[in-house]
Amino acid sequence: MFWQKQVETIGRRSLQSFQLQKLRKTVADVYRKVPFYKDRLDASGVKPSDIETLKDISKLPFTTRDDLRCNYPYGMLAVPKDHVVRLHTSSGTTGKPKAIFFSAKDINNSAQLIARCLVMTGMTRGDVLQNMMTYGLFTGAMIMHYGAEKLGVLVIPSGPGNTDRQITLMQDFDTTAIHITPSYALYLGAVLQKRGIDPREGLKLKRAYLGAEPYSEETRRKLEDIFGIDVYNSYGLTEMNGPGVGFECTEKHGMHIWEDMFLMEIINPETGEEVPEGEVGEIVFTTLQRDAMPILRYRTRDLTSVMPGKCKCGRTHRRISRIIGRSDDMFILRGVNIFPQQIEQVLMSVKGVAENYQIVLESFDEMDIKVEISRDLFDGNIEHLMELKTTITDKIRSAVLVKPKVELVEPGTLPVSEGKATRVIDNRTI
Amino acid sequence: MDKVMQISIFAENKLGKMEKVTKVLSDSKINILAISITSTNGFGIIKFMVDKPELALEVLKKDGFTVSLTEVLAIEMDDQPGGLHEVVSILAQNNVNIENASVYVAESRKRAYLLVEVKDIDKAKKLFENTSLKLYRREK
Repeated sequence: MFWQKQVETIGRRSLQSFQLQKLRKTVADVYRKVPFYKDRLDASGVKPSDIETLKDISKLPFTTRDDLRCNYPYGMLAVPKDHVVRLHTSSGTTGKPKAIFFSAKDINNSAQLIARCLVMTGMTRGDVLQNMMTYGLFTGAMIMHYGAEKLGVLVIPSGPGNTDRQITLMQDFDTTAIHITPSYALYLGAVLQKRGIDPREGLKLKRAYLGAEPYSEETRRKLEDIFGIDVYNSYGLTEMNGPGVGFECTEKHGMHIWEDMFLMEIINPETGEEVPEGEVGEIVFTTLQRDAMPILRYRTRDLTSVMPGKCKCGRTHRRISRIIGRSDDMFILRGVNIFPQQIEQVLMSVKGVAENYQIVLESFDEMDIKVEISRDLFDGNIEHLMELKTTITDKIRSAVLVKPKVELVEPGTLPVSEGKATRVIDNRTI
Repeated sequence: MDKVMQISIFAENKLGKMEKVTKVLSDSKINILAISITSTNGFGIIKFMVDKPELALEVLKKDGFTVSLTEVLAIEMDDQPGGLHEVVSILAQNNVNIENASVYVAESRKRAYLLVEVKDIDKAKKLFENTSLKLYRREK
């Protein structure tokens, strides 16, 4: 099933000529309308007319999140102020936020992308989507909402939290899909079980769309098992109009990036040069059809790779692998780069471990990992717990090459994840 | 149901943990017969023998504790020198390893039981069948 079949299955060659046309227009527009970009291009000695092929994109300067911050609030705007109808800011936690503006056309385009994504996972009119993301300045909930409505799905804008009410809504309105953070999904599953409701039998749920937090393949499988549903990965960022930039189809093998909207590059974050297809690098986007706030070569800091080959679903838009890390989440211990997802992957593969964990950094050569034990597997035998502790320690050590100090804690004692879970607490100071 | 059951509770080494457990038991009018605590670096396990183990399991679970219920062997000991030795040597001679043990004093200076956790409880029970030693059974 397709939402916009022609676009979604467009031949690669036609897609590329479409991209080139849109890229040239975008560069010409920002050069004319955004002083920041005019200065940047002039400083790099590039004129819009120098963009003759898609490869010429490498001549263009990058845009970083700092650029967006420095141009806060209106500096990146390419249209008059009275032309924008929506402001979102990014969920950045440090320094000034990034202002992201939408024209009516931008909102419509983003909603179209979401509709494509939802249809791609098998959703149809008649489905009921309970949107448990935070409504507000964050794009996640709002854009999903608009996209689902465009498709004709009943949307329940429940937002996150108030778990008992969520459950009541799910039961009373036969919710078939949820849009949720992975940590809250795990928590919701646990609460359902506590209330004596079997998430597999007691609900009409078919699908979950996860976003806003990094999580591992093991967590996906765990959630699919707990709820008896299909869980789909999605990719998006506020700077690129929020969710729906990339989404998995029913093959669940990589996320299709909508290349008619976004020109994607995977670069070496150190050198800025494009990496060969299939290699891991930082994903960089240039908006191709954005009205209010076009952005050239945006450095996402997200690390991924393009998956080679065609997808069985028939869509021609290339797929990327699960985001393996955000350079922001990465921390360095004894000179080793560590992503929390690596730790999570290990924990989810160990029996006896519950959903929640936390990494606490107190020094530059040690990490403490607090792990909640599973209530169901507790048998009162202290030796089994000590074995569990040793297993976790050894497995993490072999995964990240640093031996952690593992602390077993009671289930439900780590900070409850009704929003974004805090996985890493860095108390280190230089 | 004459099995002697023991309640085990996972506990991080935190102030006030024990108090929370005993409050739950006290509120449910559960009497504690024996107690032992095993602790290691960072966490421990509190074990209770109580008069109403199934109820204890239920109320502790409901209050969010991480609990389990396991069967133990309760062997009556003579209150005289060599009393404990007699019990333990039967186990040792038959290669039954004591995983954990505690004592339940039923009547001071009269009756005391050694509560033993072993891997194969049925095998251990049989060892005492043809001895003068008595096993404790729960009243129905």
